[in-house]
Amino acid sequence: MDWGQILSNTASSLIGPATIAYALAAIGLSVHFGYAGLINMGIAGFMAIGAYGYAISALTFGLPWWAGFLVGIGASIVFALILGIPTLRLRGDYLAIVTIAAAEVLRLLFLTGEFDDVTGSADGLSGYHASFRAANPIPDGTYGFGPWTYNANGWWVRILGIAIVAIVALIVWSLMRSPWGRVLKGIREDEDAVRALGKNVFAYKLQALMLGGVFGALGGIVYALPSAVNPGVYVTSLTFFVYTALLLGGAATIFGPILGSVIFWVLQTFLSNVLPALATSGILPVTSTQASTLRFVLVGVILMLIVIFSPQGILGNKKELTFVK
Amino acid sequence: MSSDVTPNAPRPKSTGLHSGPIQPGVAKVDPIIVADGIKRTFGGLTAVDVDHLEVPRHAITALIGPNGAGKTTLFNLLTGFDKPDAGTWSFDGQSLSGKPAYRVARMGQVRTFQLTKALGLLTVLENMKLGAKEQTGEKFWLSLFPGFWRRQEAAIEEKARELLVKFKLDAKEADFAASLSGGQRKLLEMARALMTDPTLVMLDEPMAGVNPALTQSLLDKILDLKDEGMTVLFVEHDMAMVRHIADWVVVMAEGRIVAEGPPADVMQNPAVIDAYLGAHQELDLGVVTGRHTADEVE
Repeated sequence: MDWGQILSNTASSLIGPATIAYALAAIGLSVHFGYAGLINMGIAGFMAIGAYGYAISALTFGLPWWAGFLVGIGASIVFALILGIPTLRLRGDYLAIVTIAAAEVLRLLFLTGEFDDVTGSADGLSGYHASFRAANPIPDGTYGFGPWTYNANGWWVRILGIAIVAIVALIVWSLMRSPWGRVLKGIREDEDAVRALGKNVFAYKLQALMLGGVFGALGGIVYALPSAVNPGVYVTSLTFFVYTALLLGGAATIFGPILGSVIFWVLQTFLSNVLPALATSGILPVTSTQASTLRFVLVGVILMLIVIFSPQGILGNKKELTFVK
Repeated sequence: MSSDVTPNAPRPKSTGLHSGPIQPGVAKVDPIIVADGIKRTFGGLTAVDVDHLEVPRHAITALIGPNGAGKTTLFNLLTGFDKPDAGTWSFDGQSLSGKPAYRVARMGQVRTFQLTKALGLLTVLENMKLGAKEQTGEKFWLSLFPGFWRRQEAAIEEKARELLVKFKLDAKEADFAASLSGGQRKLLEMARALMTDPTLVMLDEPMAGVNPALTQSLLDKILDLKDEGMTVLFVEHDMAMVRHIADWVVVMAEGRIVAEGPPADVMQNPAVIDAYLGAHQELDLGVVTGRHTADEVE
């Protein structure tokens, strides 16, 4: 077993584009679920919107990379409106059902051969990097040390991604300490009580859905930045992975989603490296393919353990646990 | 808590609220709510069927009636939490028909709930501050920049603290509302409602589940509301309380208003005694169930 390689890969995933993408999506979910109490089970759909919005703007319309970002963000706002206007007047569990279905419908639309020219159907999209890489201010070359050695494009994705995470976290922090955030948290606790105090609950829920949806789309864009858009990524299990990261860190916290995503990916990378290695060296009595899927079993077990024993997450307020309904 | 409270001098009841002979739907001298032909059915069941109702301004009106009489449904209809099948109603001369609940609240008609709705994972102080109306910081874009709302927030906090002192919740301001007792939650809900500067306060069973030690202080709070110029409409089952603080009583049964009038008169009305109070209202429960005789109790 090559422990050096395993640990190096694991350390590298600390700032991997996937980690950054999950952090953004998890922050979006924290706005939906943690602060507003909206059970959005379709964050994968918002991420797909962002990724496809970005890639299609570049490939089909030849737009520059920043315009692709704007298209992804705009499309996620439209998606939130289409999703929210008919469903946010209903009770919370209906939103869960509708969002999970909408995300699947969206994925199948991207997957179908009907729009192959635009979406690439099952092949997905790739080769949309020219504009983004041309805007890279870092001169060509390899930088960094140890496990964190990347080329100029690798750093450009990571630096931009981390900057977006920082800005998004700052926005959420500013909002949640403000009276706007107070209304949102009130809605999470009991929306009728907030309505009785003269707040337009529907408008707040719609704003929250759009805001979190934009962060989800940004996550999808960052996910697509380094390589390609693959329709197999934006499946329902992606939503559950993001939930795992969110709950691990703490749903109603600013840094919880970021910490949770980092832990989630470090653990994922470690397991996906170490389990096949264990299988090949005969320590695990399974084939190495079986071993690498074993990590998803472990993720499921971890999600269950968090929800049962520590629903407030690592950074959540322990006091809250006393009052879990 | 109640032992160190000296009983207040009895406060005079408001009289002369109605014009014309007392009967269900009688006109009031100065009505704040006027409702006409309100009907709400749930499938085959008619929950509320009110021909005409006026609620007098600057008075405390009690809405009583047996379980299932439609009191809470009427409450929900008047506050926009439910939509009637037919009917019109107005508040302060402005039509309320079809207005959503939050608009009704903004007009100055605030309500509380039968099952208390304290916002558990917000602190007591946050609960209070949420009640204040027209907050700049509650607008999405402006909320990002504290400069726009910091001063207003400070004023709201000061007002919230004053109310918390009045309601004896000031020691709890940093605690989660979920940690309060049932009675304290009732107090918090009422105090939070007052943060909206209402003209009409609608209380749905304010005494339900409240420790007797808190009852007197809650009653005083309700009487204070009237002294401060507000109008109160409340649903209650506790007859002693209704007699004690209500200026006017409206009795509902099976969705209709069967009687109304000043409390002393209404309690004597045979229709009311039949419909609601029952023949045994003055007897000990043991006598009603046959476990004691009336003599033993005395």
